[in-house]
Amino acid sequence: MATIDDYVAQVEGTCGAEKDVIVIFKYEKKDEAITNILRKATLKNKIAGIIFELSFQDTSFRLYSSGKAIFRSIKNREELNKLLSELLL
Amino acid sequence: MNNLAKGDEVLVSLMEHHSNIVPWEITSKLKGFTLKYAQVNSDGTLDYDDFESKLCGKTKIACLSHVSNVTGVINDVKRITKVAHDNGALMLIDGAQSVPHLPVDVQDLDMDFLAFSGHKMLGPTGIGVFYGKKEVLEKMSPFQGGGEMIKEVEFSQSKGRCRVSWNELPWKFEAGTPNIAGAVGLGAAVKYLEGLGMDNVLNHEKELTHYAVERMKENSKVTIHGPSDLTKKLGIIPFSVKDLSSHDVALFFDNYGVMMRSGYHCAQPLHQVFKLESSARVSFYVYNTKEEVNRFVDILRELDQL
Repeated sequence: MATIDDYVAQVEGTCGAEKDVIVIFKYEKKDEAITNILRKATLKNKIAGIIFELSFQDTSFRLYSSGKAIFRSIKNREELNKLLSELLL
Repeated sequence: MNNLAKGDEVLVSLMEHHSNIVPWEITSKLKGFTLKYAQVNSDGTLDYDDFESKLCGKTKIACLSHVSNVTGVINDVKRITKVAHDNGALMLIDGAQSVPHLPVDVQDLDMDFLAFSGHKMLGPTGIGVFYGKKEVLEKMSPFQGGGEMIKEVEFSQSKGRCRVSWNELPWKFEAGTPNIAGAVGLGAAVKYLEGLGMDNVLNHEKELTHYAVERMKENSKVTIHGPSDLTKKLGIIPFSVKDLSSHDVALFFDNYGVMMRSGYHCAQPLHQVFKLESSARVSFYVYNTKEEVNRFVDILRELDQL
């Protein structure tokens, strides 16, 4: 059974007062991750097919075709993991 | 460490990289000396009056960046060093952002110590240079023990202890097997930069910085932080884009294969001076071109769509 670890290479807290979280998807799984996320999240804006402004369960985030996503207002790792599970799996 | 005690003062500025703040905060707690911070003006330049007024007979050492890693502001370290010496203090200069980018003459500037990193000047990571005046280093005790830094380690049967004497400079401060590969790599980088000529390196960066700042001003959503007088700074431009976090900006550029630093840049106190949560930072070196500046500005314009 797939887990979020199959998709996620790294999670980084941003440096700065904003406390955003950047998720970097594994290179070989990034296209699949992007497809899954786009299928489940609501698209608010799309720029040149490479940047997607999305929302899911009251959480706004941006997804980049390079295989990275930036999430805001995430309280802790558990909340992020729950969100990623629902988006990816 | 051995030369600092309760009652002494160490002076730094609010524009320092964390690497010139955190070690002093740690050692001040261990040794009990007072750590003082000189103010920075709202444009990121040093408040010279404040720095100089905080230098006094109690100040053992003053520490200052030659060039800010956030704004590129160039500090007049010759002036500050003179005032430090007039007050009987030693002067340490963080040259991590100056030595790679402009000619630095330690004899003319007269600082007692100068530190800089290999990886900021085309060299390897994990190695750097710590320059010290010979007469100052000779008075100092080693901070690390091990091989090479000793002259003799003689065991006394009667005392049951070893009598240790120190090696000559510079080995006195080079305990253990050194980072030989790193030193060879850094030496090659130094030779390469000397071949280019540091005046040429400086002029190239100035040209790109002036060009980039002018082009960035075309974008009404962009705010550039730091001094507007470009003669006061080198090739580092911190900026913000309206309604976007610096991380959004950096990830946007990442999509186009352009690497950019976002966040505090290891200088949170300076961001507090600027009242910023973070900033994006574009910077230039010898390998960058005007065409790349144009590409940067073009991508910046595309951010309008976000």
